[in-house]
Amino acid sequence: MNKVSTGKVIVCDGNEAAAWGACLSRPDMVAVYPITPQSSLVEYLAQFIADGRMDADLMDVEGEHTVLSVLHGAVLAGARTYSATSAQGLAFMFEPYFRTPGLRLPMVVSLVTRDAVSPTCVWGGQQDAMTVKEVGWIHMYCETQQEILDTIPIAYKVAEHPDVMLPVNVNHDGNYLSYGVARVELPDQSVVDAFLGEKQVNWHACLDPERPMAVDPLTGGAGGIGPSMFVKYRKGLCSGMSEALRVIEEAHADWGKRTGRYWSPLIEEYRMEDAEVALVTIGSMTGAAKDAVDAARDGGKKVGLVKIKTFRPFPAARIAQALSKVKAIGVVDRSVNFGWNCGPVYQEVLAALYALPVRIPMMSFIGGLAGADITVEHFDGVVDRTFRLAGGEMAAGPVWLNEND
Amino acid sequence: MAIPAFGFERRGAPVVAFLRLSDTEIRRVTNIYSPDIVVVIDPTVVRAVDVFAGMPKGGTLILATSKPPGEIEVPATVGRIATCNAIHIAMDIFKRQITNTIMLGAFAKATGLVGVESLEKALEETHFRDAGLKQNIEAVRRGYAETTVLDLGKEKAA
Repeated sequence: MNKVSTGKVIVCDGNEAAAWGACLSRPDMVAVYPITPQSSLVEYLAQFIADGRMDADLMDVEGEHTVLSVLHGAVLAGARTYSATSAQGLAFMFEPYFRTPGLRLPMVVSLVTRDAVSPTCVWGGQQDAMTVKEVGWIHMYCETQQEILDTIPIAYKVAEHPDVMLPVNVNHDGNYLSYGVARVELPDQSVVDAFLGEKQVNWHACLDPERPMAVDPLTGGAGGIGPSMFVKYRKGLCSGMSEALRVIEEAHADWGKRTGRYWSPLIEEYRMEDAEVALVTIGSMTGAAKDAVDAARDGGKKVGLVKIKTFRPFPAARIAQALSKVKAIGVVDRSVNFGWNCGPVYQEVLAALYALPVRIPMMSFIGGLAGADITVEHFDGVVDRTFRLAGGEMAAGPVWLNEND
Repeated sequence: MAIPAFGFERRGAPVVAFLRLSDTEIRRVTNIYSPDIVVVIDPTVVRAVDVFAGMPKGGTLILATSKPPGEIEVPATVGRIATCNAIHIAMDIFKRQITNTIMLGAFAKATGLVGVESLEKALEETHFRDAGLKQNIEAVRRGYAETTVLDLGKEKAA
């Protein structure tokens, strides 16, 4: 196997880290439309292309619907593609977004997560990404700027794997990660080239003048081969999603061997050995939560943490296994599930734990909406409340962490 | 690790940004509510914002002002005051009231947490919109040289 290669150290924000991740993955085409808090990401890409650092066609189009439609065409022509968007941009992109997984088009699009309008806001929150969790895209959430950079090449490896052939959203929190600046190691181009290898094109769907065919003809209905054909495609997509759990782990392990950075591919378990209660987190909130866990441990409280990196496909078995021995669980969300009056991650974890023979008390905490901060002190409160839950103090609804800030 | 707090910016509106410095990994990606050091790069902002909010005892204030540190009124939590006539320097160098890099020099002088040489090296890798590298290096050097530091702790102990 290749030796671990250390790259050049740079200092950059999460949007620049994403742009570097895309640049190193050598996409053939990038289509963009700027929206806060994604804008500087696509400005970096435009700069990289203008400087000749990145050999990609830049499609500067009139809106996000066209961004993704243009990339559909590019992927159907055999290209590797990249884009990024946020919130209302994702909403405007939704029609082609809905079509992408069904067409089994491998591509990578960063979601620089932002809360959803209305009320009007321009700040971070995961409402946008959580709203599109059932469309068939793979979703991975990053904790740090370095993880953003590293996860984009990993995402191409996953998307283009013949057993997967699905689009991937690599998500990073708007504001706190998109504009937060940290030390980042830039891998050598040769390391990323060797990792990604030959581009895997979905030739089954690709357009080829030598082999003319119709892509995505009318399918389904109640007669003839319609129902069975439609089920075949839907089951195929579900199968690609299931296979992705394994491929995501393989790709992360391969990246780790080459760079020395072994990110937890599906979930990360932090101080879960002997833990009596557990927090569940997602995204950049996790660092503050880990600090709170350490402080609670120093105070003699046995608390651990499970961070979700891969949210789609949902690693239900892993999560059930990781949480099987605790007495109570506090799940912290950065978005809202309006239908269930809780956080969406809470609802998912709740469903995953049905597989266990025991019933573990769980609580939903919602914080960090529309740019609000989730501090270590907030997490201290979550730890305390979750211990009280273990002691039998149930809650009627979610705890809104920033309600009194 | 630095975190800027963004709103709908326009020039002249008060904005705030946070920086944590450590030799070990910084995990919390959060704003700062009890700053050890506060840098105020616009002398008028203290009229709009309580810049001392949350500062623990012995904190450092670094202020862009023409006044010497002894003339600055501060709450008892402040242990060190550093002042720099950054507007004057900015008008000399940039012909505009832009004090950012000057106050970087003041930060280096007041805290000793970073050397002027390191700042100059970092500036060389920075893209500038309003001025060139030469002007900004001069700004950092003059900011460092023309900052006066006053420790209040010793006076009060005496």
